[in-house]
Amino acid sequence: MVETGHFALILAFALSLVQMLVPFYGARTGNPRMMAVGGPVAVTGFALTALSFAALATAYASSDFSVASVWENSHSLQPLIYKITGTWGNHEGSMLLWVLILTFFGALVAVFGGNLPATLRANALAVQGAIGATFFLFILTTSNPFARLNPAPIEGRDLNPILQDLGLAIHPPLLYLGYVGFSICFSFSVAALIEGRIDASWARWVRPWTLVAWMFLTGGIAMGSYWAYYELGWGGFWFWDPVENASFMPWLAGTALLHSAIVMEKRSALKIWTLLLAILTFSLSLLGTFLVRSGVLTSVHAFATDPTRGVFILCILTLFIGGSLALFALRASRLTAGGLFHPISREGALVLNNLFLTTATATVLVGTLYPLALEAITGDKISVGAPFFDLTFGPLMLPLLAIVPFGPLLAWKRGDVFAAAQRLMAAFALALAAVLVTALLVDGASVFAALGVGLAVWLVCGALTDLAVKSGAGSVAPAIMLRRFAGLPRSVFGTALAHLGLGLTLLGIVGTMSFGAEKILTVRAGETVELSGHTLRFEGLYPAQGPNYSEDRGRFALLGADGSTASEITSAKRFYPVRQMTTTESGIKTIGFSQLYLSLGDEATDGSVVVRLWWKPLVTLIWGGGLVMMAGAAMSLMDRRLRVGAPSRRRKGTSAVPSASLP
Amino acid sequence: MTRKQKRLSVIVAGLAFLGAATGLTFYALGQKASYFYMPADLTTASVQPGQRIRLGGLVEKGTIQRGQGATVAFSVTDMHKSVKVSYTGILPDLFREEQGVITEGAFGPDGVFVADSVLAKHDENYMPKEVADGLKAKGVWQESKSE
Repeated sequence: MVETGHFALILAFALSLVQMLVPFYGARTGNPRMMAVGGPVAVTGFALTALSFAALATAYASSDFSVASVWENSHSLQPLIYKITGTWGNHEGSMLLWVLILTFFGALVAVFGGNLPATLRANALAVQGAIGATFFLFILTTSNPFARLNPAPIEGRDLNPILQDLGLAIHPPLLYLGYVGFSICFSFSVAALIEGRIDASWARWVRPWTLVAWMFLTGGIAMGSYWAYYELGWGGFWFWDPVENASFMPWLAGTALLHSAIVMEKRSALKIWTLLLAILTFSLSLLGTFLVRSGVLTSVHAFATDPTRGVFILCILTLFIGGSLALFALRASRLTAGGLFHPISREGALVLNNLFLTTATATVLVGTLYPLALEAITGDKISVGAPFFDLTFGPLMLPLLAIVPFGPLLAWKRGDVFAAAQRLMAAFALALAAVLVTALLVDGASVFAALGVGLAVWLVCGALTDLAVKSGAGSVAPAIMLRRFAGLPRSVFGTALAHLGLGLTLLGIVGTMSFGAEKILTVRAGETVELSGHTLRFEGLYPAQGPNYSEDRGRFALLGADGSTASEITSAKRFYPVRQMTTTESGIKTIGFSQLYLSLGDEATDGSVVVRLWWKPLVTLIWGGGLVMMAGAAMSLMDRRLRVGAPSRRRKGTSAVPSASLP
Repeated sequence: MTRKQKRLSVIVAGLAFLGAATGLTFYALGQKASYFYMPADLTTASVQPGQRIRLGGLVEKGTIQRGQGATVAFSVTDMHKSVKVSYTGILPDLFREEQGVITEGAFGPDGVFVADSVLAKHDENYMPKEVADGLKAKGVWQESKSE
């Protein structure tokens, strides 16, 4: 089975070369039969990669320690679920997952791309094949997951304990679906540049892929953030760690792309910019892969540091980013400019959105790469953390968030900012009320915290206003309004949901950072601790045994108002003997949207235990908002207009009447 | 406005915006980035009390003292010099004597480094890269035995 997987991987590499060369040559020479080769080859390549991945997963599930990667990252006593998720909890396996998803997207283009212009489809598949070929070569030459050991060891070395978690099972696949999903936008952009032709239908094609990638990337980042929050035991949800930034940059650029593609589709403007953004977004995904996988950064993601891998990925990076940007420089002038618009219009608002988002991406890029560059040039080692990003990223985001509710209410071509402001009066009043209530009624609320809450309420109410206005609130009878509401295009709901989710995430961030409480203290069994109105009694440490670890469970009783035990929270110190490693399992109790978080420290000689306690108000909204954003993207995807291959409902064609701009 | 003028004004506004962002970025890099030092570097570098830095090295043997409550004192050494560090909080799971650590914080007026975060390795193969490089530069690095 293992050799089958290895062989399938080599075949997939060969097919990716075919997919790169034949359709491309066919498109150049106008040979339809050669162009048609791309589709079946892409589907077969995906099937072979899937077979290869299944072979590796089987080796992991059956603890076949004759495979080096399994030996290094698995153990026979591990629960089956972590044996399987361990398949991508290491460098080789995660790269295999990367190409699996790449070929998956290629196959999707092949299957659903029937109504694409033949040359565009052939060229896009060829670019997709080229990306695949380089990564297959990378895996086969530097990171072969199927390398054997002889003699085979009896027992494996265990998966890194902090990766033995369900969060890890979900986070990498989601993140990769996002990262790699942007490769489709990249391939379509390069294909358009090769052809030297681009029009609104191109944007209609690329938008669903952007939405899909963006949706998964949002989920992947949210999942990663939640995993770090509960698994690392530090109680933080975002550390501005270079590895986090590596996934955040494509998200920011992808968000910009999502918005500029709307302008391109609806108004045929910003074509060249959209194309460039698509290239940049995937370039940032590649950069992220390089940063995380090359071992340039030390982090939980740097499984093994092997300089040849870093150099290889750097070559891939240079080839694709340099190549696509050079092609862009050569061909962009041949693309025709689009329609005119007034600065105050939907287009103008989206341009502003892009300006802020790309600048924010640039500050994150500088903050992430500057320490690496400085060390390479002067040898000085610096770290750029939250204080830097608070000063640069923060001021860029705040004005952007403040103007978000205006965007969807402005008309295309020439908007009326006063009319939009009038419609937003209610939202503004509610936001103002939230600021006042927070400032006056919540103890210890700073001005910034109150304004932050106000901004979050502004975003949420702004999103709801958008829906209300588009259903005709205030001008038509409630029954008609309800009917209109139900008949609104799904993409309008998508926009509103995504913006609402953004507001919720902001509310979570402001709530946790401004109104949270934290205590570090030592406790003995029977002692009680008070934090933000919650009383906890430490019941003591109890030893327990897991499948591949032993642990000391610190049990805490959350006391009700009458002093009786309302519920129990358990935090544990786990010891994994194979790796000689201790981990902390945080104890979390969710109360409404807030959480009580506690993390166990070391036991002192006198029998007392160090405990760190946090009260995190509204913290779950941070990730809940991410889920709402994902739901918004899913809603937009279901829009009839975007459904791939769906016949147009309107006779006039799909782009003539921008459905999102109904009054 | 003509198309050309309009485009020009958009470009100028965009550039001004980018310029402001660039200025802010460089200001923040100058102010907010924290430098990494090993104990021996501190004799030559001038680090003011209160200036945020990251201090890395090995936890010196026999120096870990648990004080009142959750405060811990220990020394960080690079085999040439050592620096006293005080930290209140929960130490990382893999914090041990003679293991690499990176602490972040600032010197107090009494010369004790008050750390607000302590990072240790997070698996058995891992030594913080800065610490490993620093020890190699000082000639005290020993290649760890491979298992």
